[in-house]
Amino acid sequence: MSAISEKLYRRRRLKNNLALALASAATLFGLFWLVWILWTTLVNGIGALKPELFYQMTPPPGEDGGLANAFFGSILMSLLAILMGTPVGILAGTFLAEYARRSVLGEAIRFVNDILLSAPSIVLGLFVYTLVVRQMGHFSGLAGAITLALIVLPVVVRTTDEMLKLVPSQMREAALSLGIPQWKVTVQVLYRSALPGIVTGVLLALARISGETAPLLFTALNNQFWSHDIAGPLASVPVVVFQYAMSPYDTWHVLAWAGAFMVTVFVLCISLIARAIIARRKVAND
Amino acid sequence: MSTDQVLAASAAPAPQDITARRAETDRRADRAFRYLVTGAGIFVLLALAGAALSMLWGGKLAFSTFGFSFLTSTDWDAVGHKFGALVPIYGTLVTAIIAMLIAVPVSFGIALFLTEVAPPWLRTPVASAIELLAGIPSIIYGMWGLFVFVPVMSSTVIPFLNKYLGGLPLLGPLFQGPPLGIGMLTAGIVLAIMVIPFISSVMREVFLTVPTRLKESAYALGSTTWEVAWNVVLPYTRSAVIGGIFLGLGRALGETMAVTFVLGNAHHLTASLLMPGNSIAATIANEFSEADSQIYQSSLIALGFLLFIVTFVVLAIAKLMLMRLNRNEGNR
Amino acid sequence: MTNLNLAVATSLNVAAPAAVQGTSTAKITARNLNFYYDGFHALKNIQMDIPEKRVTAIIGPSGCGKSTLLRIFNRIYSIYPKLEARGEVMLDGENILDPRYPLNRLRSKVGMVFQKPVPFPMSIYDNIAYGIKHYEKLNRADMDIRVEQALRQAAIWDEAKDKLKGSALGLSGGQQQRLCIARAIALRPEVILFDEPTSALDPIATGKIEQLVEELKKDFTIAIVTHNMQQAARCSDYTAFMYLGELIEFGETETMFTRPGKQQTEDYITGRFG
Repeated sequence: MSAISEKLYRRRRLKNNLALALASAATLFGLFWLVWILWTTLVNGIGALKPELFYQMTPPPGEDGGLANAFFGSILMSLLAILMGTPVGILAGTFLAEYARRSVLGEAIRFVNDILLSAPSIVLGLFVYTLVVRQMGHFSGLAGAITLALIVLPVVVRTTDEMLKLVPSQMREAALSLGIPQWKVTVQVLYRSALPGIVTGVLLALARISGETAPLLFTALNNQFWSHDIAGPLASVPVVVFQYAMSPYDTWHVLAWAGAFMVTVFVLCISLIARAIIARRKVAND
Repeated sequence: MSTDQVLAASAAPAPQDITARRAETDRRADRAFRYLVTGAGIFVLLALAGAALSMLWGGKLAFSTFGFSFLTSTDWDAVGHKFGALVPIYGTLVTAIIAMLIAVPVSFGIALFLTEVAPPWLRTPVASAIELLAGIPSIIYGMWGLFVFVPVMSSTVIPFLNKYLGGLPLLGPLFQGPPLGIGMLTAGIVLAIMVIPFISSVMREVFLTVPTRLKESAYALGSTTWEVAWNVVLPYTRSAVIGGIFLGLGRALGETMAVTFVLGNAHHLTASLLMPGNSIAATIANEFSEADSQIYQSSLIALGFLLFIVTFVVLAIAKLMLMRLNRNEGNR
Repeated sequence: MTNLNLAVATSLNVAAPAAVQGTSTAKITARNLNFYYDGFHALKNIQMDIPEKRVTAIIGPSGCGKSTLLRIFNRIYSIYPKLEARGEVMLDGENILDPRYPLNRLRSKVGMVFQKPVPFPMSIYDNIAYGIKHYEKLNRADMDIRVEQALRQAAIWDEAKDKLKGSALGLSGGQQQRLCIARAIALRPEVILFDEPTSALDPIATGKIEQLVEELKKDFTIAIVTHNMQQAARCSDYTAFMYLGELIEFGETETMFTRPGKQQTEDYITGRFG
């Protein structure tokens, strides 16, 4: 080997090592923030945990209290959103996977759905504001739930579409060759086969909406008191966290950390469960 | 015919009648189900169209009152009823640009690490951890930013930037300002942390689609890992990588809560990145429930419409770029 | 249960001599059958008779249209867009390609078994009962009988009887395929179509399926597509050789494999191409 190529080779190796070191550094950089953010939430959150959180209402400044009404509002609105968004999402996903696999309409819906999936949630909040809040004349938990349902919808559409596409076409053929009509085949055979995937999609959607704040600010607004009236304003954990964190009061800050901690733990648990379902499914398919 | 078949034929009513009647009800049920799922599919289209139209309608008053100056004016005067969107537009763009400047190279590094560098046993856990970062609600980023990161910025980072970059020609004014902590630079950094998991996971996934034989033949020629990544993997996946970047950009532009906490809600146009500013999403989140006049509210909805249009275009580009790779794969 | 076992046992014994020697009438008759796949002419003017209660093998190199032909016999192709069959396929004297021919009648008469075993994601029992429920309202006891009959006929009863409520996905590949055969039999069809039923199975499981096919022809008319010529030779009475969308030769299997009438058939059978 000549001296020139020897030198060139060394330069190339040096460049390579530098690049790989930078790549490793970038990964550490990413993990660094993850650890820092989770650590902060954990430390501040655990310090703020107390039983009163779960049975006392959100307090005025300077007083002690809990987040019971906010927890209830969040659960109520999330459940309603899942109940509204999931059926429509499954049906629309079925349309994409079973009835419009290669059609122009199907492609258009898939395209729009993917955009909806990443669209800023605040925009959906404004949409529901003009559609529902303005017509009703006041803020309401129902409007909040509808907004969250619009966030659930594209997630469920996407996963249903993808999971149904994974069902082998011979499964459809086998069921149809028994003379069973397509709708029955879809509902009784294909859904069953795609069920773990669809459940995962719903869980991921639940994780997404349980931390959603911005669109609730002008749909469900907030409520200092216990309320189960979905036609009226309703408290939710993220909105309370936002309001309390932005305030100058220390007692409110502590409650905000407690709420943030609960939301984070919930979201992480849900995504871990969703991951476990996917992982188990992969093993089963091998 | 075997005996059990004979038995069955006598036990059940004439099968021909049943199947004929059955065929009719089946056909009807099938048609009803088809309408149902088609309706649900079209509902998705309507949701997006409805969002666009309702905001156009809600922002109509602002657009007709201020005309084109809504885009170019820096006024934001709730008392005098004069509104212009330039400050929030500027803030949205600046914070998104800062975020992308940080997030794109870091995400590329992470994707490279996870596909080519890291030992296999390390790849899945690290990839999962990075993806967890994507699942954390944005309000948590905002709180962490406000309570933890802002003090660090004001005590350490900003004095440092003032001292070493503030004196530079051209770039200097960007880094001059009081150590408030909140401001566009801080918001941009928080946004970067938020979009890194999105971009890096898209990049990682598309890097994994590069056929092994392609990489192996490059290695066989004596290429280094970096040369394979730069000369084989990246060109092969270019359109999808751009798609991933645009996906992240779409997120950064529309992100609300994380930015609202640390941006400062100030309607001034300043050159310095260290000064408070505003973004479209943060303006809406901060002010919507206080908007007491028709024109104020309409201006906020008009802002939402602008945000919608911009993110729609960005996300559409992202989607088209990502589809390009899928199509290539299909042809191979 | 003892009663039931007895009943089934006798019925099977009675069924045994049902196989008739000698010539057989045509169950399915294809006339001037053409098939188009998005404009591509995939089957060209097929004339063919599938004899009743016999096993007819359809062989030929990949892409010759043998599966396509089979998939016309129960119109399963019609679930995909842009596919079109023209001509006549008579089943018991009625043209099944006529759109007025009720699809579920056709499919209850003509069952199908596929390449890969695809049990439904339900219990073994429900896999069999699912199809029956669509056609008949049976009480619990009658359904139990029907399920057992089907499983016995498909030679899977002994392996499955203790786990009827267990998931069908827990069975081995060969067992799953026999379950799929049982599922098709349960509707009491007259014809069963096999589309390369053993291509995903090991030799032992393949042997069991072939044995089963031999048994089933006493009760059913069978058409089997296979890329395995030994299989065709082993278990069929008649063989059809197809090439490039045309039916080259049709005849008794023994004749086809010993004295083929056409050069192309001989070339394929002796392994010179395909």
